[in-house]
Amino acid sequence: MLADAWAYLLDGANWVGDEGLLPLLLQQLLITVTALGIALVIGLPLALWLGHVGRGGFLAVNVSNVGRAIPTFALLALLVTAAWPGTAYFGPYGRAGLATLLALAAFALPPVITNAYVAVREVAPDAKEAARGMGMSGWQQFARVELPLAMPLVATGVRLALVQVWATATLAALVAGPGLGRVITDGFANTDYGKGIAGAVVVALVALVLELVGSVVQRRADPMRVAVRPTAKVQPATS
Amino acid sequence: MTLLATVTAAVASRPGAAAADEPVCYSRTVNDWVCPAYLVDRREQLVDATVQHLWITAAAVLLGLAIAFPLALVARRHDRLESAIVGSATTLYTIPSLALFPLLVPFTGISATTVVLGLALYCLTVLVRALLDGLRSVPPDVVESATGLGYGRGALLWRVELPLALPIVAAGLRVATVSTVALTTVGTLVAHGGLGNLISDGVFSNFRAQLLAACVLCVVLAVVLDVLLVGLQRLLTPWTRGAAA
Repeated sequence: MLADAWAYLLDGANWVGDEGLLPLLLQQLLITVTALGIALVIGLPLALWLGHVGRGGFLAVNVSNVGRAIPTFALLALLVTAAWPGTAYFGPYGRAGLATLLALAAFALPPVITNAYVAVREVAPDAKEAARGMGMSGWQQFARVELPLAMPLVATGVRLALVQVWATATLAALVAGPGLGRVITDGFANTDYGKGIAGAVVVALVALVLELVGSVVQRRADPMRVAVRPTAKVQPATS
Repeated sequence: MTLLATVTAAVASRPGAAAADEPVCYSRTVNDWVCPAYLVDRREQLVDATVQHLWITAAAVLLGLAIAFPLALVARRHDRLESAIVGSATTLYTIPSLALFPLLVPFTGISATTVVLGLALYCLTVLVRALLDGLRSVPPDVVESATGLGYGRGALLWRVELPLALPIVAAGLRVATVSTVALTTVGTLVAHGGLGNLISDGVFSNFRAQLLAACVLCVVLAVVLDVLLVGLQRLLTPWTRGAAA
């Protein structure tokens, strides 16, 4: 089986064409980035604001626990079977594209919200008090003190979400949706295990690369690289 | 038509199911999301899938715990090994489940073993960290007192350190169990996904009643196991009860 997988990967013809590894890989990256973007646009402002005013902590922290208990596959299955969004083609996102984007964005929200909320919440009270003492308005406190100090942990949440969305995007294939997972499910459905394993190798490698790139970018972008950095509060539910 | 008549009578409260010759609510023409008749007629199938789901989850978490325990003990003693062990567990965690199962197939085949092993590997990240944090939370004074009382390494571990580490370990165990319940559904790729098999079948045959029932059962299973673990932990650590409340 491993030899079959190797042969599949080495055959250039398997990488190009409509159902080739490369276009499916690009499609899954597009889906991942879009879904993460949606989750950031919705989740970040909400979580940062909740953290700033110090409300809704129960919700922000427990959203992760709820997210963990709901299987991504189950949500995807419900969305594609429902009348809307169903399995309709959605531009470059392919069959069941909209359903996939919605499910992925929903599962990217918990790590983003929880980490961003905790990050702002746990900014040292001394720093906030000093900012207030200097006469900063609420917005100035947030933008100049809380946000810079919270940035590393917020970034951790985004990185966790990125890797998780990539993993979840693979599951779309279980409902005949878009992305690289299709190579895996097709291979297994047709007892072409070499193909299935080859797809799995590519999916796993890209996941590792995303994780690596994410942590390098995060380290480079951290203004306080040498300072002791708080660790992530949540472990995302993997998919 | 007596069977159909009984079934429709059972759901007579549902709108549209009043007439005796109308099709049952899970028939292809009606295809309701919520259909009590389905739950009654296919009870056996639902129970079988739930049982499979439950034992795969239990086997995976227990296997994960069995692997994580010695790893945590080794990691605790050797700092350099700790980063290697925690690092590899985290790397495994990064691999999507739909890709991890196929990667195990050459070694374990199309079997439940593939799913159990894959899920056990996912548990490692959470469990190794929880065990390490738990063991480190034991106050040094307590360890010193126990050593002074003549406890050997083994007795110290089993009778002093592990009981005190239990609340933190149990928290990790809950996280691992709840995510394992959700992930077991992906096992449908190798035909061993418990309720995931019913979800998959529900999607491809457009069987809404079966799909919704399997999804709801998954979440219920996760919540029930979580509550059971909380209860077990309270039972095993009676001394934390006052402080926690």
